[in-house]
Amino acid sequence: MSDTEFSNSTGPTAQDDFEPVSVFEDGEMDLRPGADNCYKCSVCDTTCPVAEVDDDFPGPKFQGPEQWRLKRKEDVEIDDSIMSCSNCMRCDDACPSGVPLSQMHNTARGAYVDEQMTKLSREYVRNRILANYGTLARLGSAVPRLTNFVMGNSLVQTVNEKLLGITAERDFPEFATETFREWWAERGGPRVRSEDKRVAYFHGCYSNYNTPEVGKAMVRVFEAFGYEVVVPRQRCSGTPMFANGMLDDAERAASVNVSELSDLLEEGYDVIASCTSCSMSLRQEYPELFQLSGIEEVAANTYESLEYLRIHEDLDGELADASVDEQAFAYHAPCHARNQGLDRQAVELFREVDGVEMEDVGDSCSGISGTYGWKEEKYETSMKIGEDMFEHMDDAAGEVGMTECPTCSMQMEHGTGYEIEHPLQLLDDALC
Amino acid sequence: MPIRDDVVVVGGGLAGSMAALSAAESGAQVRLISHKKSTLRQASGLVDVLGAVNGDAPVSDPFAAVDQLPDKHPYRVVGVGGIREGLRRFDDVVGDRYRGAHTDRNALVVTHGGTVKPTARYPVSVAPGLASAEEDTLLVGFRGLTDFDAGAAADHLEAAGVPFDVDGSTVDFPIQFRDDARTTRFARALDKDQKDVRARLADAVVAELDAHDRVGFPAMLGDDHEPEVREFLEGRLSATVFQIPTGPPSLLGMQLEDLLIDALERAEVRLSTGNPAVGYETDEGELTAVTVDRRGRDVPYYADEFVLATGGLVGKGIDSDRESVVEPLFGCHVPHPADRYEWSEAEAFGDHAFARFGVVPDDDLRPTDADGDVHFRNLRAAGGVLGGADVAREKSAAGVSISTGTYAGRRAGEETVR
Repeated sequence: MSDTEFSNSTGPTAQDDFEPVSVFEDGEMDLRPGADNCYKCSVCDTTCPVAEVDDDFPGPKFQGPEQWRLKRKEDVEIDDSIMSCSNCMRCDDACPSGVPLSQMHNTARGAYVDEQMTKLSREYVRNRILANYGTLARLGSAVPRLTNFVMGNSLVQTVNEKLLGITAERDFPEFATETFREWWAERGGPRVRSEDKRVAYFHGCYSNYNTPEVGKAMVRVFEAFGYEVVVPRQRCSGTPMFANGMLDDAERAASVNVSELSDLLEEGYDVIASCTSCSMSLRQEYPELFQLSGIEEVAANTYESLEYLRIHEDLDGELADASVDEQAFAYHAPCHARNQGLDRQAVELFREVDGVEMEDVGDSCSGISGTYGWKEEKYETSMKIGEDMFEHMDDAAGEVGMTECPTCSMQMEHGTGYEIEHPLQLLDDALC
Repeated sequence: MPIRDDVVVVGGGLAGSMAALSAAESGAQVRLISHKKSTLRQASGLVDVLGAVNGDAPVSDPFAAVDQLPDKHPYRVVGVGGIREGLRRFDDVVGDRYRGAHTDRNALVVTHGGTVKPTARYPVSVAPGLASAEEDTLLVGFRGLTDFDAGAAADHLEAAGVPFDVDGSTVDFPIQFRDDARTTRFARALDKDQKDVRARLADAVVAELDAHDRVGFPAMLGDDHEPEVREFLEGRLSATVFQIPTGPPSLLGMQLEDLLIDALERAEVRLSTGNPAVGYETDEGELTAVTVDRRGRDVPYYADEFVLATGGLVGKGIDSDRESVVEPLFGCHVPHPADRYEWSEAEAFGDHAFARFGVVPDDDLRPTDADGDVHFRNLRAAGGVLGGADVAREKSAAGVSISTGTYAGRRAGEETVR
């Protein structure tokens, strides 16, 4: 993939005819300014959840700017520790100097998988399967009851672990008996039509196959505010593919998504996602990693669902008179929500609602980071990272968890046994 | 108007946090907008108020020295009363975690470079190491922790003429971390007493102790359980143990950040972190909103009063290119010599013009334009973005942030509830 390879054409001999614009081959990303911006304060290393529990992990500063510089030398390979980065992207948020750390990690991981990982290895095959969860889910949810039965079988789990390296510690997420899209079609699509209030829902894989109740809540809430909701054809946002260095897969999915969403933008729709990793991917990783027609516009017009309502509607006002059945929630802000500046909005929004007690369970990472915590060799790290969050959830008054991210939600449930809701579901209860 | 508060503070460092707390005190609903994690992670965690005037250090009583500062200095705007008010509020935030409030006089804190820094407030764990105490001192560094060279620091201190014997010793930390490990890893190991590390550390140091009265370590003796670790080491070593503030990533800076965030949460300040403020909206010459770039989309945050606390040249609240120096958010006037070669001096630690670049406040901390007129009636500035102070040379960065932040926040709050 030309735009993720590191160029070897900038050795010292090329210095004489140095021209800033032509150093990098067509379409290749120039990460040099980013690397040069790093003044090695190492604050990123102190916010990395993996480095915190895994002493062998060199941390984001090495994975990003330092490794990028090392790679300028022709015979230097990418260190295999890049596969231990969970792509939580917290380092982006920590850097005071604007170094595009996660972009550097994504490109390094992509290059590592392309050039250094054996395609027949168990790790590659397993990662490819995990990265393409959407495909797996499509097959599995065609016969949800059978799949749930099979995947819930401990023998199958053991085989998964031994054969594929997918941890047997976790219960496979259950598939809904009716997907969100099936529900949407059954319902006959949108019930509200509007010329000026239009949103296109990017539900992602998880709300479609596993938690359609989140998607349904989204539709009810937005329709209550008078929005016309459409549900475009879509593929995986690419998040698990970036995290596994499968950039070709991600680009294929992105090209479908960007093309479908671009058409809708032209008709006056904004893009809404209920999963914060999906919105993160469309907003930041797409334009950072791919060059597709319309990708910048899609990025600029994508929002997280609550964020969108907060900007365009008087949510505070609507919620002032709302009340719900008394419930205390232990809220966890996903790392990817944090990086979009959304980490406090749910607490801020619901704090005043009658009947709701909302407690933030701290700023630690949940540790699952999408597919990361599903890997047999990463499971322990994942649970160690999550320890802080589990403890805080235990201490919190509520015994219902709340988060925007589907995999954080799995981890919260796995670590505490709590039922986990999405903020949209509470909004649905309060307003619809 | 969906996202609306009474006061919006832009900038999540020390000045912005103090401004938000002080505005919230008046009963206003306050939002604090910051782009990235707090820059306090880069800071020593010390609070200097005024350590040097005209290059002469150390100043013993910072309050008495304020009137020797230039007229345009931010301290001259808020006055000694403003500095005291800021420190009072700071003392409320940090409670018993800091020392120094008992006196007006500067304490002399030992730094990791082996210099002595005149300081008004300092963390409890730093207090036993003050250079004014005549106790023979052993500084301990660790192989592999390149941020602190105990031998060099001890030599520097001796050369500076401290009134006690000081030696440096470098030992192996009982747990071998990978190369380039950060202070936070050492701290975590001590916090959790991994592999009996506290006792083993004490054993490693006992061999070097040689009748010193006190032992200084770089600030890494634990995070949540630092008092416990220090107490344990003091027991085993039969000597006073203190911490020496470090460069970034600074544990003492992070702990101060935590104290401030706790205080902000208690004050019900709304925190919006992760996206940069990029512009503003006005109505009839008044500021009505600051716009924040949320991944390509400018979203307005409405309020009645605003505080600009985006930092100086390093914090990016002031920006420069080869031609000019600007305040990038509101375009406030930043006076600077037209000739770029007059911005700096040849000497590295000289009296640089660039160090004093910043916005020019009126007598209510409102940025003014080139004619001296107020930029916006409802915009005040605090901290590093203010010009007129060379905070690095004067050793006044924290004091300027605390006092102007407190003042600007209080005034913003007063205006909204008026």
